[in-house]
Amino acid sequence: MNWIIVLGLIALGTVLTILRTALGPTAPDRVVAVDSMTTITTALLVLLGLLMDRYIYLDISLVYAALAFIATLAIARYLEGGV
Amino acid sequence: MLTIIGWIMIYIGATFLFLGALGIFRFPDVYNRLQAGTKCTTLGAFSSIVGVGLVHPAWLPKTLLIAFFILLTNPISSHALGRASYKSGVKLWEGSVIDKCKEFEECQKKEEEQE
Amino acid sequence: MSTLVLYLALAMAILMLVGAFVVVVTKDLLVAVIASAVVDLVLAILFYILQAPDVAITQASIGAGLTTAIFVVVVRKTKRFEDD
Repeated sequence: MNWIIVLGLIALGTVLTILRTALGPTAPDRVVAVDSMTTITTALLVLLGLLMDRYIYLDISLVYAALAFIATLAIARYLEGGV
Repeated sequence: MLTIIGWIMIYIGATFLFLGALGIFRFPDVYNRLQAGTKCTTLGAFSSIVGVGLVHPAWLPKTLLIAFFILLTNPISSHALGRASYKSGVKLWEGSVIDKCKEFEECQKKEEEQE
Repeated sequence: MSTLVLYLALAMAILMLVGAFVVVVTKDLLVAVIASAVVDLVLAILFYILQAPDVAITQASIGAGLTTAIFVVVVRKTKRFEDD
């Protein structure tokens, strides 16, 4: 019962951010949606690691949390004018 | 006892993640969306990840490391994104009250170059 | 409990289809790069659910960081809008 509520809330949040990515009027809207979807995904991976009870699965979340902001930073530099 | 505290933190985190996503879907402007998406999402991810560490106390160091990385990298990307979207000429929502960045030299020069 | 994870995988697959549809349809190449980042993200979640953690680590590090940055540099060097 706990897992249904928690995973349902997080999956609903993912659906909303992907809808904003598909609909958003300008490019920065979509980048904002993708950026917060990355953070939601990191939390989701940690929670799934608790659900499946595997300690090794936390490494993926670690890689995600450390590396996923590079894409957002590159797109922000592009929008600002430099590369 | 620790398990109950961990589950409460996981519930708080999931609720905040959902509210952040709802704010991204419903708000009218890039800047409003950026604020909702970054603040709610950072708190939600931090709370739920530390909650997982409290449910399994053997996992606590690695979850604290993940939460530290999220606290480190999330404000960097959101700051760069807000600055870039102001400089690339995205208009504010018409109900916005104040625009402080217009007074500064840097923003003005960039806007004239754009036009 | 595994039924719940299976439903989650189904929802993620449908979301991946939405992202891929945006990539194909749009005329703005920067938007296509952003949507392909979404596809990479959801693909990493699917690898994770299908219990392949090493593939998921590789997909996460390559897809989230490297591919998007290189495509942004390419869009910068060429042009952003595709003409009809």
